[in-house]
Amino acid sequence: MRIETRNLSWGVPGKTIVRDVTLTVSSGETVGLIGPNGSGKSSLLRCIAGLRTPDAGSVLYDGEDIAGWPARQRALKMAFVEQTADTDSDLRVAEVAMLGRTAHRSLWRGPDASDHAQVAAALDRLDLRGLADRPWKQLSGGERQRAHLARALAQDTQALLLDEPLNHLDVRHQLELMELVHGTSQTVVVALHDLALAARYCDRLVLMHRGAVVAEGAGADVLTSSWLRDVFDVEAEIGRDSLGHLAVGYREPAR
Amino acid sequence: MAEATVLEPVVGTPEPVQRKKNTLVVVLSLVVLAVSLVLGVRVGVSTTWAEIGRSVGGHVGLPVIPLPRLLDSLIWDLRVPRVLLAALVGAALAVCGAVLQSITRNSLADPYLLGVSSGASTGAVIVVVLGFAGSQVGVTGGALVGALVAFGLLMLLLKRTGLDSVRIVLTGVVVGQLFAALTSLILLASGDSDSIRAVTNWLLGSLASARWPSVVVCAVVLAVGLLVVWLCSSALDGFAFGTDTASSLGIDVRATRTVLLVTTSVLTAVAVAAVGAVGFVGLIVPHGVRFMVGPLHRRLLPLSAVVGAVFLVWTDALTRVLFTPLEVPVGVFTALLGVPLFLLVLRKRGEL
Repeated sequence: MRIETRNLSWGVPGKTIVRDVTLTVSSGETVGLIGPNGSGKSSLLRCIAGLRTPDAGSVLYDGEDIAGWPARQRALKMAFVEQTADTDSDLRVAEVAMLGRTAHRSLWRGPDASDHAQVAAALDRLDLRGLADRPWKQLSGGERQRAHLARALAQDTQALLLDEPLNHLDVRHQLELMELVHGTSQTVVVALHDLALAARYCDRLVLMHRGAVVAEGAGADVLTSSWLRDVFDVEAEIGRDSLGHLAVGYREPAR
Repeated sequence: MAEATVLEPVVGTPEPVQRKKNTLVVVLSLVVLAVSLVLGVRVGVSTTWAEIGRSVGGHVGLPVIPLPRLLDSLIWDLRVPRVLLAALVGAALAVCGAVLQSITRNSLADPYLLGVSSGASTGAVIVVVLGFAGSQVGVTGGALVGALVAFGLLMLLLKRTGLDSVRIVLTGVVVGQLFAALTSLILLASGDSDSIRAVTNWLLGSLASARWPSVVVCAVVLAVGLLVVWLCSSALDGFAFGTDTASSLGIDVRATRTVLLVTTSVLTAVAVAAVGAVGFVGLIVPHGVRFMVGPLHRRLLPLSAVVGAVFLVWTDALTRVLFTPLEVPVGVFTALLGVPLFLLVLRKRGEL
């Protein structure tokens, strides 16, 4: 599914948080959203997910403006994983993943065989099969994060929006998740803090600063010393590690 | 790693096993409910099984020898509706508690959180003070009107601020406080000791005045309400992770919350109007049931209804036995029983 935003702006009273963002994500593409804290990544993702109504501009799925779409119609096209979504409820991992099937189910019936199959497949892809019956309170941060991702995969959509999905994950699961995101045929927009992983696994990077998109393109084009200085306020050198992947080395802050 | 693959369940508990377990739980709880209803009729009055059989049988059209008028009336006009009303009110309160705990994401939410019961109290007090206390229909009707006025105010205030979970709680508390203050004001300004006594009894929740009309109204409202909230089960599950996640799952958050608020308010209003504000049922029953069958509302809601019904039938029966000839409001006793039960559930769940 192709995702577009056209001159998208959104804010809270007194503050514009997303500023005139025009973006096209082609079908099947993986786009990494990078930028410092407060640069508007999460808000942009929420607008694209249809959870916030833009103050100006529009969001289009496959060329169709999603303004006024009912929640269910959106949910059949797009899955979204928030940065921190916690609960007091003691749902089990398989039950959390089953929430992803909400839009596919009718009011009257419980989950059917195809729902269970989707959930099983999603749990497998996130290495959660052994934890299927584990209640939420007994999960580590990384396991919770993966449970949310399994829920998003079980939603069986053509596109996926992920806000900092690597939070709480150990190195191995970070790599596995990025492999999964990179390998899927779904269109993915993913906000990331780890610049090197973003460059390595995303087809394209989009750099945000103060609510606006300031640069986009291949990892090596966006991750430059000058952009990092201007946007992140750090002195950094970009090189290659011994495996040939893009690496970012940071100098001590001047002050 | 390798040896685990053989033993691992496919996903969660396999479906046929889960279904069998669910069926068992449903059948078992319905049997318990039926037995409780029958025993509930028996407990307290010095009657025999035969007399109960003759009274009930006579009224449902069976060819039995009729009882003397007074005894028959005692069983059929007082005891049977009392037990049925206890079951209906218990079920309604438990279901409302479960729903409100989900939409406010607050495990302390109970049916009285929305202030609807305070509105009911104000309505009832006005009727008593105006001097219609004699007719039960007057008090019930006044309570119902008061509850609906309070609910109208709640929705009016929420219309401007939206249906955010925290705002629902805060607005509910504000509305509740307003009507509680009005109730006290009216009582102090114009109540004599008799009406204060009558009102206090009612405020604490009492099943002593249960009659058939309330039973019928409660039964109809509960049936409709239970169906509506049960159809919202998967939305109620989806609220677990907050509004944004719920909406991204395909749930129309605002519409669903409105439907659920209206339904729980009407259920609470009818229950409170019938018997007064019986505390604690709506708070503890859903927690206890979650402990038994987990947090999914498809199972939680129907089972909460049954357990709530059983709980109130038994509490009322115990109240009758333990305090005869004194008529202690059942609401006092639900709290006495409820507090230790609540602590027990919380401890079992590792939250205390």
